[in-house]
Amino acid sequence: MTIVSVLATVAAWEILIWLFHIPGFLLPAPSAVLVEAVSRYPLYLYNSWVTFYETVLGFLLAAAIGVFLAVIIVYSRVIRNMIYPQIVALQIVPKVAIAPLLLIWAGYGLTSKVLLALLIAFFPIVVNMVTGLIAIEEELLDLCRILHSGRWQEFTKVRLPNALPYLFSSLKVASTLAVIGAVIGEFVGGNAGLGYLIIIANTEMNTRMSFVSLVCLSLLGFLLYGIVVAAERVFMPWEKWQSAQASVA
Amino acid sequence: METPVARAQGDRPAIEVRNLTKTYASQDGPIVALTDLSFAVAHTEFVTIVGHSGCGKSTLLRIISGLLPASSGVVLVRGQAVGAPLSDVGMVFQRPVLLKWRTILDNVMLPVEMLHLPRGPGAERAHDLLKLAGLIEFRHHYPAQLSGGMQQRAAICRALVHDPSLLLMDEPFGALDLMTREEMNFELLRIWSDRRKTTLLVTHSISEAVLLADRVIVMTSRPGMVADIMDVSLPRPRIPETKLDPRFAECVQAIGRKIGLLYM
Repeated sequence: MTIVSVLATVAAWEILIWLFHIPGFLLPAPSAVLVEAVSRYPLYLYNSWVTFYETVLGFLLAAAIGVFLAVIIVYSRVIRNMIYPQIVALQIVPKVAIAPLLLIWAGYGLTSKVLLALLIAFFPIVVNMVTGLIAIEEELLDLCRILHSGRWQEFTKVRLPNALPYLFSSLKVASTLAVIGAVIGEFVGGNAGLGYLIIIANTEMNTRMSFVSLVCLSLLGFLLYGIVVAAERVFMPWEKWQSAQASVA
Repeated sequence: METPVARAQGDRPAIEVRNLTKTYASQDGPIVALTDLSFAVAHTEFVTIVGHSGCGKSTLLRIISGLLPASSGVVLVRGQAVGAPLSDVGMVFQRPVLLKWRTILDNVMLPVEMLHLPRGPGAERAHDLLKLAGLIEFRHHYPAQLSGGMQQRAAICRALVHDPSLLLMDEPFGALDLMTREEMNFELLRIWSDRRKTTLLVTHSISEAVLLADRVIVMTSRPGMVADIMDVSLPRPRIPETKLDPRFAECVQAIGRKIGLLYM
């Protein structure tokens, strides 16, 4: 059904362009976009790879740091009071505004893009992971105390598995944010990547190039999201039984 | 059928509570949850505690299990003072609280894992309990695939898998519909008669309290105290027809009056 509606939209777009003689620099026809993509595919492939690399690196770092921070926030009141306010403050500053600064500090290469992706993506991961680690039914914690579980068993057998659904839902959000972070970095000062291509296309009024880059970006986002969803199925095989209840309309 | 583990029991009661008081601090001053409670439970006795909501029956259970400290008084389980949470206890709550990421079998095995008990015998006991509870075909299912009653049965199996000497149940059937609740009463009696544990069950249903118990501790609220402890002289095994026995109704009525129910 989705494929049919997408094809229908593309077909309608093509017809409208032809019907109203819309100039190519304003809105290119799907056919023109396709030609551009195919004829210069090495360019798009290379830059897609650059953005993909930055995004994935930033995302993985965000996940690792986010989970780590969440655990120490939950288990250490001292650290919680020290760093949680700072994390929130960092979140309030718009990353777009930080981007130029990061460029000065980290240079025009890969690092600044990865850092930006990391900074945007890690907050929802921390917040969700903390919630997941503490949103446990009291009776379950009572049971752990009665069974003399100790903090380690309580963590590995109860808190961590409980946090997984929260973690994965934040990873889905974070994957899209990481893409945004990488692209912003490329906008503000890059020499490679799909964001960089979009800037170039803008200055040249090459709308076709913009469109191809946009399509590549979307595909990239889908890919990352799809990987997270696949990982979710692997790490949480029991979830498919949960959703059966959720769909009692 | 499992042979009961021989324990040096003698004449000591399984649970002894003497002058138990529990006070909470609050913004409006101290709240007395329990006042000067005293009672004893003998080995393999089934005792129910009944009373209105808020009479402190859950608090009492948590103190006996060691989850909550008493403010004053003595609580002895098997002759030992209760200071910290006891591992020799099986506990069942109103919600099954099974781990939704584990299969039923792995859920029932949780106490064996956490207490580092030998896995082989533990798994055998788990299988036996699941068979007894009629859940053996569901042992590889996840909790979300089971009904509320089945989940609670699994929770009861989990409470028994480490062969505790004491079974504490806090309104275990409170979240179930009435029909399932009645079924579960007889399920519990069936499981209990197979391996008789000293059992303390808290309920707000007087008929449930009478049906299940050897003795009923009747509590009143504000402050929480023991109004009376009544013997239930109905024969075992208890069956649905037991409810037709005139002594059943008498018992329920007597308890109702003690609690102060106006229509009894």
